[in-house]
Amino acid sequence: MGLPNASGDLSTEVEVDAFRRLFPLRFYEKHLLESIRPDARPLGRARETTIALGAVASANGSALAKIGSTTMLAAIKMEVMTPSLETPDEGCIAIDFHMPPICSPIVRPGRPAEAAPVVAKQLSDTILSSGMINLKELSLVSGKAAWMAYLDIYCLDADGALFDTALLSAVAAFSHLEIPVVSLNDDGKIVLSEEQGLSDREPVNKEKRKINLSSVPFSLTCVLHKNYILADPTAEEESIMDTIVTVVLDSSSQLVSLQKPGGTVLAYTSAIQDCIALTRQRVKELQKILEEAISGMEVD
Amino acid sequence: MEVDREDGRSQNQLRPLACSRNILHRAHGSASWSQGDTKVLAAVYGPKAGTKKNENPEKACIEVIWKPKTGQIGKPEKEYEMILKRTLESVCILTVNPNTTTSIIVQVVNDDGALLPSAINAACMALVDAGIPMKHLAVAVCCCVAKSGYVILDPTKLEEQQKMKAFAYLVFPNSVHSVLPEGSLRVEGEPIENGIITSVTHGIMSVDDYFYCLERGRAASVKLSDFLRRNLQQQSTDSSKAG
Repeated sequence: MGLPNASGDLSTEVEVDAFRRLFPLRFYEKHLLESIRPDARPLGRARETTIALGAVASANGSALAKIGSTTMLAAIKMEVMTPSLETPDEGCIAIDFHMPPICSPIVRPGRPAEAAPVVAKQLSDTILSSGMINLKELSLVSGKAAWMAYLDIYCLDADGALFDTALLSAVAAFSHLEIPVVSLNDDGKIVLSEEQGLSDREPVNKEKRKINLSSVPFSLTCVLHKNYILADPTAEEESIMDTIVTVVLDSSSQLVSLQKPGGTVLAYTSAIQDCIALTRQRVKELQKILEEAISGMEVD
Repeated sequence: MEVDREDGRSQNQLRPLACSRNILHRAHGSASWSQGDTKVLAAVYGPKAGTKKNENPEKACIEVIWKPKTGQIGKPEKEYEMILKRTLESVCILTVNPNTTTSIIVQVVNDDGALLPSAINAACMALVDAGIPMKHLAVAVCCCVAKSGYVILDPTKLEEQQKMKAFAYLVFPNSVHSVLPEGSLRVEGEPIENGIITSVTHGIMSVDDYFYCLERGRAASVKLSDFLRRNLQQQSTDSSKAG
């Protein structure tokens, strides 16, 4: 079997699927020359995105987000705890991201995926530093009781752009979150009103059932290859082209985070500006999709 | 805009830099890097035979182990390992020794701000000491954006966490001294050393603040490149005298 020559004549002798597996970069470059990708998307377009709120009935807030095939399930459980001494009137959010073996053939049970703790930390940094949630809203009784929100995100299918989908599902879950009604019982402790079954007890937080979300962050991951910028890569694209840039913007176009962890391609100012412009467009799309999902729930 | 910094530095002033190579004798390469009070030790073992399970055997593989000063290894350490690994993979020439693994161990000796940039600088110096083939060096700086919009370089831990609203770690290739004429090494009209290898930001800043950080970072990376060049040339003449 001779080596294929530079003009890729082998493509006439080999089937498309085999060529795709044997020479993935050349397969992609043939498409990029025509400004299109193998799944017929133009370079700057993200995959089809859907959000389904209330996917987990037993959780206080939950959402299932899909970008293309990448699927993430986020769920929030609220628990009452005593706030710390330094911040007596602030609640707390604990964010965890799991990649169970169902999501990808690379992840095996007992060997946690390398990407999981990294995405978990980036999510946690982004959500807490974006100021989306004012922790003071999670306070119940100053110094004595506050809410602890446990946000768990499970990756059900890992097909590229994990951070984008995880952030979208987290934001959707918080917008669906309904804080349970609680009241003070005789011992001065906070209990859930339904448990007590006493309707004459004064609920502590009857009015505040939903959290106010200000400056919601949305993100877009792009892959740089020579002069091309591909928005929203699939897992195959991420594995062949190793330069990944993730831009997170909030609804007022402030830069929440710009991550570019290494990569063969050096990013010059023009490439960064293009990525930020693509992200701005994507933020508008995602805002619309989220609003439609929320209004869809309210009709029900 | 005059800025009052605790240690009396100006906006664009870096802390005193110190770097020494070949401090650990068992490791194939080692370096210690300190910026003010932040001190990081890096050691390189490699190339060793074989790659890890999911890695491409046609290229050399780089493995990074990050050891914090105190405490157990958790998610922040894993994130640092991933960023360092990808940065060094883009700097090393991976096709020279295929199917090998080079391990880089980073030990934090003291953390007083700009920890990740110091670690990247230390790791590069350790790779040079070990003789691993590289395309260029990675020069890392940290820029902080204050609430009023001015940018300071190389913050201390106090400045990073409390006083500034956001910071960015930026890694650029080192400056090029070339015998070729001025315009021939430009890409898209910009010199190679303006390209960003790695960028990690934390906190909210406006897009214009970020581009301002990039400018400041590039200027600082030129100063750091000069320091690295002097340091490496001086140490290589020292060792040739000894041998």
